Amino acid sequence: MSLLKRVAELERQRVSFWLDGKALNALVGDSVLTAVLTHTDQLRRTEFSGAPRAGFCLIGCCQDCWMRSEDGVAVRACTTEIEEGMRLLSGRMPAAEREHA
Amino acid sequence: MQTLVEAGLRPLLIDENRRAGGQIYRQPPPGFVRSKKVLYGFEAAKAEALHGSFEQLRSKIDYRPDTLVWNCTPGQLDLLHAQRPAAQTYTHLILCTGALDRVMPFPGWTLPGVYTLGAAQVALKAQGCVLDGRVVIAGSGPLLYLLAYQYAKAGADVVAVLDTARFGGKLRALPALLRQPVTLAKGLYFMAWLRARGIAIFGGVEHIAADGKQTLHSLRWTRKGKTTEIACNALATGFGLRSETQLAELAGCRLVFDQLNQQWLPQRDDAGRSSVPGVYLAGDGSGIAGADAAELSGRAAALALLQDLGLPPNAAAKNALASESRQLAHTLRRNLLFRQGLETAFPTAVDWARHCADDLVVCRCEEITAGQLRRSVQQEGSIEINRLKALTRVGMGRCQGRICGAAAAEILAHATGLSVAEVGRLRVQAPVKPIPVSSALMAQEQT
Amino acid sequence: MSAASSKPAGEVIETDVAIIGGGLVGTSAALELRRQQRSVVVLEQGWCGAQASGVNYGGVRRQGRAACQLPLSQRAHQIWRRLEQTIGCNGEYVASGHLKLARNEADMQELVAYREMAAAHGLELELLYPDALRQRYPWIGTPAYGASLCAEDGHANPRLIAAAFARAAEQAGAHLLQQSAVEDCRFDGNYFLLQNSQGVRVRSRFLLNCSGAWGKEIAGRFGDAVSEQAIYPNMCVTEPLPPLMDLSLGVVGGAFYARQVERGNVVLGGGRGDGNLALDATRPRASSSVNALAALTEMVPALRHALVIRTWSGVEGETPDGQPVIGPSASTPGLLHGFGFSGAGFQLAPAVGEVLAELVAKGESSTPIDAFSVKRFAVQHA
Repeated sequence: MSLLKRVAELERQRVSFWLDGKALNALVGDSVLTAVLTHTDQLRRTEFSGAPRAGFCLIGCCQDCWMRSEDGVAVRACTTEIEEGMRLLSGRMPAAEREHA
Repeated sequence: MQTLVEAGLRPLLIDENRRAGGQIYRQPPPGFVRSKKVLYGFEAAKAEALHGSFEQLRSKIDYRPDTLVWNCTPGQLDLLHAQRPAAQTYTHLILCTGALDRVMPFPGWTLPGVYTLGAAQVALKAQGCVLDGRVVIAGSGPLLYLLAYQYAKAGADVVAVLDTARFGGKLRALPALLRQPVTLAKGLYFMAWLRARGIAIFGGVEHIAADGKQTLHSLRWTRKGKTTEIACNALATGFGLRSETQLAELAGCRLVFDQLNQQWLPQRDDAGRSSVPGVYLAGDGSGIAGADAAELSGRAAALALLQDLGLPPNAAAKNALASESRQLAHTLRRNLLFRQGLETAFPTAVDWARHCADDLVVCRCEEITAGQLRRSVQQEGSIEINRLKALTRVGMGRCQGRICGAAAAEILAHATGLSVAEVGRLRVQAPVKPIPVSSALMAQEQT
Repeated sequence: MSAASSKPAGEVIETDVAIIGGGLVGTSAALELRRQQRSVVVLEQGWCGAQASGVNYGGVRRQGRAACQLPLSQRAHQIWRRLEQTIGCNGEYVASGHLKLARNEADMQELVAYREMAAAHGLELELLYPDALRQRYPWIGTPAYGASLCAEDGHANPRLIAAAFARAAEQAGAHLLQQSAVEDCRFDGNYFLLQNSQGVRVRSRFLLNCSGAWGKEIAGRFGDAVSEQAIYPNMCVTEPLPPLMDLSLGVVGGAFYARQVERGNVVLGGGRGDGNLALDATRPRASSSVNALAALTEMVPALRHALVIRTWSGVEGETPDGQPVIGPSASTPGLLHGFGFSGAGFQLAPAVGEVLAELVAKGESSTPIDAFSVKRFAVQHA
């Protein structure tokens, strides 16, 4: 289930990206966080307990929304704009993540 | 900016965000269509004026958006833009680092679905989204009702507003609140509007706890000894604001523990001069005073800077600005009284540490619990917060104590019987936010 | 741990041994002296183990040390092996191995020569040439020409180790005074008399100068000339990362040294920061961090995607020849020095503590320490 619901600014161009190997759509101007959380409810898992996280402050302060792309690059979801073709990992696929990280 | 440009200077503005406006007047990305009236409501005229004047100034200043200042040493800033590091020298520095929602840990606060009030607002303002599903808005401070109103108006399913302030406290604060009648009126307006739409508002709420396995599914709270539970998918929470002071600290500014804000804040005079010559402070980054005060304090700091530079050279102009400085100082002092009134109406949870369970996660990044902190105090005898950090890892994560520092200090104070001021504050070091290793490689390429 | 003595100012604490400096050297000496059942008072100006002992890299290594240090280092190695028995916790110590990389043939020759010398001191090293190196450690990048491995060297968490030694000493009966800078210290011909910043006075038969970067200053008060300057090693740490580096890494020339802790963070040192001798006055230097990170990612390319979350520095005492000052004073009977480890004291410290205790008990050390004599500075000054 998604954590964010769109209520405005719906007339924007589509941006396609990949999350855990699945093709999804976002809109131009979405942050990575928005792009992901309008579809689902997790951005990452903690390194220690494996607990799911989905951000907290949305203004680049709490550092709880760092995701990794499939090629290992770290992306702070709330302050990074979604781009066409981005391949992101949310921690739902541990084996794949370990391979690509 | 305006003040400095008018005096003939060409300042450099370094902005971590993509567009000017900070948080209150945050602008959505280019291409978004909602009007300022929709985005900023009652503050639309101010937002219009602010964004407008910025556009006018833009060609007269050196504007660097999307740029992080990750380190500050006397006379030099270390910047990061598009993964490229750069050094920037300065003779004078005005820090406008703003603030962040103050949230003290509570059970379940790390669950997906739990956000700050500011986060919920940014989602709407800058991304045209609201938190999905049944939304509870909980906390204290004026933002609580503003957000509930904005959310309900935008189509969110706001099921309850939980206010930790007691009605009695608000009554006591009335004389102070009445100094800013417009603000008070807005608050009352929002509350009435929410009630008219059947959105439940509870005052005097205590002990909020969020439950859920992978995401939030319900919220519990107590009120007058009675516990209530409500099913929900999202929680927006916040208890006022906390200043961001890392750069001031790295710049060498002296910090003092401020009782009103319950935080270590950079010392500043009426005009915004810090303890370091050439470094000035404006806005909520050196003490929470609100958006209007921020604008005034910006002008005050700029006037102080000009004064210290001996500008303008003309004696009559100098006197006019000096007179304005005095006026600004007076206005800001009055604003401070209003702030003190707000604190009575929306009290901070000073007694928080006593109630938190040992299994409460205090440090989100490192997943350190209150129990771990207390055990360390007991077994290892820490009485100072950096010592506690060295032994337990609290504050060692990616956010470097930004979110958990205050809570850790309160637990340490409570466990040792010392005051929050006495246990000290977490020492700030660069980078103030995480920077990629790869940027070091770029720096090497440049040399 | 007491922040200050409960004795009112004016009273004197009588003790066998007073120790100035509550870092690793001072507290391990205190622990050993308590085993001899001597009374001990440690005076620490800040918090025990918060200076060099607590902010250093955490390398527990013999490889790379000068020949004159190897006997002491081998002795320390035995103490590290039974650490948990000594201090009741392992402080995240792991004998992961220490790998010293060569960048080119000249570096490799240096490693070859060192290996020969080390063998004479009972230290076994294994040389690895490029193919073997990359086969065994695929995460090491192509710029690595070869390496020397010391399989039983390792690393530990300096913050935990220093605090644990202090705690063990206190539990063994040492009297630890923290926030207790020594303001006055003198010798009256028979006893040492110290007074701290809180007016507490201590009288002892022996005095151990374990005051790190402040060692020269204390030595000077008793007429022991020392050449020592404060240095500020520059350190960085990354976010927690999936396991990658399974041993402590260094490189000929010292451009960087890095280790990955169990929680996944990579700790990295290299270059210098800035500071002075006031407590909490050290600052890391951005250019040093950048250079060390660049050197690291050359050798460990996978780390280029990591995030750096903090940098720091600390105070260490360095001597011109890079060797510590260990042993009896040239001027004052009963005064013993143990400081100036020039950035390489962490692994040695427990053995130095034992040696200082031996010097108190028997007047001589069973491990050679002549190379570290304070007298070598007097010769220079003559």
